[in-house]
Amino acid sequence: MNWLKKSASDTQLTHGDRLWLYIIATIVMLLLVIPTLIVMPMSFSDSQYLEFPPSNWSMRWYYEYFESSKWMRATVTSIQVGTLTMLLATPMGVMAAYALFVSGHRASKLLFAFLITPMIVPVILIAIGVFYSYGRVGLNNTIFGLVLAHAVLAAPLVMIVITSALRNYDLNQERVARSLGATRIKAFFVITLPQIKFSVVTSALLAFLTSFDEVIISIFVSGGSNATLTKHMFAALRDFIDPTIAAISTIMILVSTTLLLATQYISSREK
Amino acid sequence: MSVLNTPNPDAEDRGVEPLNEKSLRAQDVQEQRLLLSLATPAVLAVIAIVVIPVGWLFYLSFTGSDGQLSLVNYQKMIEYKSYARTFVTTFEVSILTTLICIMIGYPLAYFLAMLPERLAGFFMLAVLLPFWTSLLVRTYAWLVLLQKNGILNDFAMSIGLWDSPLKLVHNLTGTLIGMAHIMLPFLVLPLYGSMRKIQRDLMHAAANLGASPVQAFWKIYFPMSLSGMVAGSLIVFVLCLGFYVTPAVLGGGRVVMVATQITAILENQFNWGAASALGVVLLVVTMIILTIATKVFKLDAVLFGKR
Repeated sequence: MNWLKKSASDTQLTHGDRLWLYIIATIVMLLLVIPTLIVMPMSFSDSQYLEFPPSNWSMRWYYEYFESSKWMRATVTSIQVGTLTMLLATPMGVMAAYALFVSGHRASKLLFAFLITPMIVPVILIAIGVFYSYGRVGLNNTIFGLVLAHAVLAAPLVMIVITSALRNYDLNQERVARSLGATRIKAFFVITLPQIKFSVVTSALLAFLTSFDEVIISIFVSGGSNATLTKHMFAALRDFIDPTIAAISTIMILVSTTLLLATQYISSREK
Repeated sequence: MSVLNTPNPDAEDRGVEPLNEKSLRAQDVQEQRLLLSLATPAVLAVIAIVVIPVGWLFYLSFTGSDGQLSLVNYQKMIEYKSYARTFVTTFEVSILTTLICIMIGYPLAYFLAMLPERLAGFFMLAVLLPFWTSLLVRTYAWLVLLQKNGILNDFAMSIGLWDSPLKLVHNLTGTLIGMAHIMLPFLVLPLYGSMRKIQRDLMHAAANLGASPVQAFWKIYFPMSLSGMVAGSLIVFVLCLGFYVTPAVLGGGRVVMVATQITAILENQFNWGAASALGVVLLVVTMIILTIATKVFKLDAVLFGKR
């Protein structure tokens, strides 16, 4: 246990003196990770009641999920809405972030604050407001309506990621290109975009996940044959503990973990 | 663009304006406008999804059941006890969640900030993994863990912590556990960011000058980490105020927060005026807190990394 006696801090504490910190931090990290991970083995239980560890393993709840037309329809809707949200929010956010960052106009700071309001206004308020307004124009239960609302939630995230990428990028390169005769648009696509492409991909994944995981707006605005996965899951959670949800949760955890690791990999490439 | 803004040095030497000064400036302004217009789709979308709908609710909140302008929805909020209870519960849950997050989040952020950056990046996955996992999935996980014959009760009884199963879910306890779990990353990330910016030399200097480790921490390190802690706590608090899913599921109808009340009013009474009024109060409270916070604590500096 030589390691414990080694100096750990700038105030001459040893690792031994810090042991309590390591223990607390480990407990907190376990508390953060375990609850989400423990659902995975439980989803392979044979029993109606979720047990851990399962006494009998089976794929029963996965069959239940994949054979239910309700869940399949909702999954397709969620993926569809997530993809369309990504395709709408990413260009919208990148354009806005670029415009505000490069123009240096007096109004750009104010505009940035305005565009970020969807992150600040409580989502429940946006949800019922949009539900009411959509009711007037017949957009409730439509894919387009849901995508539009989700894109507004996702665009601020795209903007934040892209703005910080632009901050680390030397805009003079674009100026050089333009002084050599490139148009502004060409300079952006040939010089700037390739250098911030990893951030663009990260922000696109974030946009997809924002939509895919969104619950409250989906509860109000989606419905009928266009109800999302989260809407059905929420309804199921309020009524009883359906083990099918454990199977769906496992799949959703795998999706988000894959996306998270992808962004981590991407950001390590960028550096 | 600064290239265009820079006056021609030759012209300045001679003390005359270049002949094309005016048209250059006009071009400059035009270009700025053209650039800003790239933000138009985003601006229009926010107007369509946030400004108009929320403005509409604002209007509805000042409309009585007869369609006339009135304050009846706000009067009800003062008269009926159930509204007052909802607000008390909302603040209670939000404050408690924030405190729990600070108590368990500070040591974690401190631990991460002490590690070499590569290692911290690895352990940071423990914070990011739940952050990226669907909120609904995490709420479900806690529902399963905390239920009467759930893992936590089984485990605690098998090691003799308590004899009969405790009621851990469908009440305030369950709500707080679930919400703290979901909010923790929002505290740890800004706190960790501000801790990383603290120069370690300062602690070294404090120790050199005779401070004990405890003194050095409280007098030097802690005050410098406060900005990140306040920013994180405010985000957590404000997000808690409008929370819907977790209290609805883990509270089991016993923890009625503002968002839960809003949906209940809409589902049971279809009373848009009353629901909107509650929403408006929620928004105003959120805005007041954030405005004070940005003024007093320079919240945006911590959030967006500006100095």
